[in-house]
Amino acid sequence: MRKWQCTICGYIYDEQLGQPDHGIPPGTAWEDVPEDFSCPDCGVSKEDFEMIEAS
Amino acid sequence: MPKHGVVIIGTGLAGYTTAKEFRKNDPETPLTLITDSDGAFYSKPMLSNAYGTNKLPTQLATQNAEQMADTLKAKVLTHRHVMEIDLNDSVVLTQSGDNILFDRLVLAIGASPIVPPLEGNALERIHQVNSLADYARFRGDLAEPRKVAIIGAGLIGCEFANDLRRGGHEVSVFGPDALPLSNLLPAQAASELKTELGGIGVDWQLGSAVKTVNLNDEQFELILANGQSHQADVMLSAIGLRANLQLAKQAGLSTARGIVTDRFLQTSSPNVYALGDCAEVEGLFLPFVLPIMSAARALGKTLAGEKTSVQYPAMPVVIKTPAYPLVVSSPPAGAEGNWQIEETGTGLRCLLKNGLGQLVGFALTQDCVKERQALVKELPPLLNT
Repeated sequence: MRKWQCTICGYIYDEQLGQPDHGIPPGTAWEDVPEDFSCPDCGVSKEDFEMIEAS
Repeated sequence: MPKHGVVIIGTGLAGYTTAKEFRKNDPETPLTLITDSDGAFYSKPMLSNAYGTNKLPTQLATQNAEQMADTLKAKVLTHRHVMEIDLNDSVVLTQSGDNILFDRLVLAIGASPIVPPLEGNALERIHQVNSLADYARFRGDLAEPRKVAIIGAGLIGCEFANDLRRGGHEVSVFGPDALPLSNLLPAQAASELKTELGGIGVDWQLGSAVKTVNLNDEQFELILANGQSHQADVMLSAIGLRANLQLAKQAGLSTARGIVTDRFLQTSSPNVYALGDCAEVEGLFLPFVLPIMSAARALGKTLAGEKTSVQYPAMPVVIKTPAYPLVVSSPPAGAEGNWQIEETGTGLRCLLKNGLGQLVGFALTQDCVKERQALVKELPPLLNT
């Protein structure tokens, strides 16, 4: 499971946790997160995230 | 094949994001960025919640100018103050004597904090935070718990109030309106924000403008229009931004609230573009992150030869006040509406609806912020093709 961080506000998407509030179940790989996903904190798009941790 | 390539003035979020987007579409054409700063990349929105995220100013700079130059396959000229743009000869002149020729020029020169209209001897000692360097100076004055006075109860004032309280400082916020964020929020939400930030110890001094600030023996004395006086160790002014227009005006470009551009971000001169906090795109002056990202994506393509107009969907702004989570989507210019406010028990759902019952804006608080993604889909775009 990996973690991806928003380069603008620092929000972290953790694949293990998903983002259930936005309909993304725990365990969802970043590739399977919808392309129209936007950062829950600052609203920038999926392509403005970078991988910070792989394990 | 153009020989001078693309020159971007400014290495803030707008300048660097445009460079990045351009490189996705054109890996070859020469690219030069010019900045009067050290050229480090940082995200400005993180300045107002750095305490809460345990970040020092040095940690906010994620890449230095050399690393950025390398990643972008660009020249990054740092500590260069641009004096003049000569549109006849397509050249940028810097104070240190460089003449930088361009085929296409991008102005990403940002905005500056509005200087508060204050009397007294302390104006130069009042902090304004609009860059990482400003923030580093501000944090330098906050090494130990201090009594901080913030002028301005808008978005940045409220975010810093929350963050500095988390950092253990005493915080008072001053402003002429009776409620914080009164230009963005319906009164009920603004009132709850005031109460919740009050609950973590923010001292509100609202309803009377600060008139005079004096500094004696390293102590600020604030005198309000209503005659009251207050003391502080450190002061921050956050009353808004004004686009940097001087370079554009001197070059003869059209300006209004920002440098005037069409929906392709082209200024009144062909081959000169503007975006970000310095630009007014089709009449819209939107000094926020989301418009910058949308504009940079379009401009990156246009500069690479694929003319692309900016699309602005509805762009909600998350206000970083963890004591009272808030997200606001302002209506398009000219749209009128009435607030319909629902208390859900765990937050407020404030919907701004026009005469036809259509949603044109919203303000969501506390647990209701989760509804943002769903509601945004119902909102009209701010700028469409």
